[in-house]
Amino acid sequence: MKNKLTELLKNKPQNLLNIFYTAGYPQLEDTTTLLTALENAKVDLVEIGIPFSDPLADGPTIQESSKIALENGMSIEKLFSQLENNTPKVPVLLMGYLNPVMQYGLEAFCKRCQEVGVDGLIVPDLPMYIYQTEFKEVFEKYNISNIFLVTPQTSEKRIREIDDNSNGFIYAVSSASTTGSKTDFSAAADYLGKLKDMELKTPILTGFNIKNQQNFNDACKYVNGAIIGSEFIRQITDVEDISKAATNFVASIK
Amino acid sequence: MSYQVNEQGFYGEFGGAFIPELLYPNIEELQENYLAIEKSPEFQEEFHQLLKDYVGRPTPLFLAKRLSEKYGAQIWLKREDLCHTGAHKVNNTIGQILLAEKLGKKRIIAETGAGQHGVATATVCALKGLECIVYMGEKDIERQAPNVARMKMLGATVRPATSGSKTLKDATNEAMRDWINNPEDTHYIIGSVVGPHPYPDMVARYQSVISEEIKKQMDGLPDYVIACVGGGSNAMGAFYHFLDDKEVKLIGVEAAGLGVDTDKTAATLTLGTPGVLHASRSIMMQDKDGQVIEPHSISAGLDYPGIGPAHAWLKVSDRAQYMAVTDAEALEAAVEVSRLEGIIPALETAHAFSVLKDLDLKPTDRVVINLSGRGDKDMNTYMEELNLL
Repeated sequence: MKNKLTELLKNKPQNLLNIFYTAGYPQLEDTTTLLTALENAKVDLVEIGIPFSDPLADGPTIQESSKIALENGMSIEKLFSQLENNTPKVPVLLMGYLNPVMQYGLEAFCKRCQEVGVDGLIVPDLPMYIYQTEFKEVFEKYNISNIFLVTPQTSEKRIREIDDNSNGFIYAVSSASTTGSKTDFSAAADYLGKLKDMELKTPILTGFNIKNQQNFNDACKYVNGAIIGSEFIRQITDVEDISKAATNFVASIK
Repeated sequence: MSYQVNEQGFYGEFGGAFIPELLYPNIEELQENYLAIEKSPEFQEEFHQLLKDYVGRPTPLFLAKRLSEKYGAQIWLKREDLCHTGAHKVNNTIGQILLAEKLGKKRIIAETGAGQHGVATATVCALKGLECIVYMGEKDIERQAPNVARMKMLGATVRPATSGSKTLKDATNEAMRDWINNPEDTHYIIGSVVGPHPYPDMVARYQSVISEEIKKQMDGLPDYVIACVGGGSNAMGAFYHFLDDKEVKLIGVEAAGLGVDTDKTAATLTLGTPGVLHASRSIMMQDKDGQVIEPHSISAGLDYPGIGPAHAWLKVSDRAQYMAVTDAEALEAAVEVSRLEGIIPALETAHAFSVLKDLDLKPTDRVVINLSGRGDKDMNTYMEELNLL
């Protein structure tokens, strides 16, 4: 099966919009409602969060959505069955912490990802050396891209190493912060400029700080696209029609 | 077999540094420097001087005659309750504050359960004039009010963790998030032998002064060393220099809460399975989907769903034995120690005493119990549970 993500990124396109949301939020079955709405709104790729009880790298908005999703009964198995009945047309990434993936079983997890049309994984607490020694072979067997993060504190040497080990995009955190916790984007411009000047072979998407069209356009001056998570979750919280809210939000960005 | 950490930060299959990339520079800095700093003569000199003149070490090893008589063995108490601030926790915070100073950090964060580690951190921050922020579960803030007041009096800011079970695990999450958001000027003083490498080894080294002293204070080896375990720092400190002395039986005592057959428990090693929590692979309490189960113990310091990776390895490799004690048994032991020896132990420590009744002790057996903390902070709970008013 083709990897939709590597297909999309083949020619290093610009202005990619990646929307993140948490599986099973606000309601258990909203995972696919949102996926369809985002596909129809022509987002370039979708990142779906697997809720975890202890999401260390996430700020309050995504933490809260994870908690509600778990209360709704969300699980990895449930997510796979939702996607199986609604095969994604856009590239789909799953973002999930290591422990639930390990309990599911790494090989079983990657196999199911491929079966239901998931193209890439972001596992924020999977360090690169563990990926290389224990995970890489299985990811490659099932044609799953692994997405690494870099931050303003990441050394140039390590960024080059990550570039060499990436087969999707590099996720550049625009300021050292948990998701959704800072408001000022301008501070990130210097950093993204430096990344641009490094002329990496892997496309770069930036996230953790993008809220509106202005931020998105600013980010796209330096890198291939941006990821919007916390702000999107706020937009679909406490609304009557999440599809409409999703569509309107995407239209306001791109 | 080695019970020490290897170069990759693992104890057997457990340990490691499962950290978000956001924390990589912080952890790398610690990994590259902690041993060299600890071994430097300046560090050693200041560390030992502070342990002596500020903490009050060496702490006594006391022969508890009435307890010995009751249980038919020689029972010795390692008096960590006599440390400045009232528990062993300060051994580690002294070490880490010196490390933070050497690394040029200006801001200190910590998590705390019972508040003992928070107080010990606030204390050394005051000593060194560094800003101190302590994360504490909202539920623990309620049940450990005296320690919250102590931290505030020492000039620390106490920030409530309001997510999840609102206890130690959630305070740890919040502290890690703070560190992610403040990667350059901040040192995170983890209070137990948990978290990413090098913390489990670093904290064990700073706490190892406990067993170093026991060895010097005893004539020959003890038959048993017993300590309570939440994350496991006082137990690791008490076991450390006996790990290679196979004839010494090491016993860790965890909190069974309402019982290991109930869902209100914190008996991680008794009930848990391998997994990754707070950036290390260890044994943890989790459901079939890998979600962390919220623990329960009457003692805030043991109310944790994970355990240090070294303890997981000691259990799996049969070097140490782990037992679980209920809330009710711990309370009973607390009363017994108070009335037989005139020492009111912390609720955490009371768990360790409670296994004396379950061991097959001989009159010649020499048992060391690490009396990790005093019970002042638990008076509210004791008053309520024991009808002392």
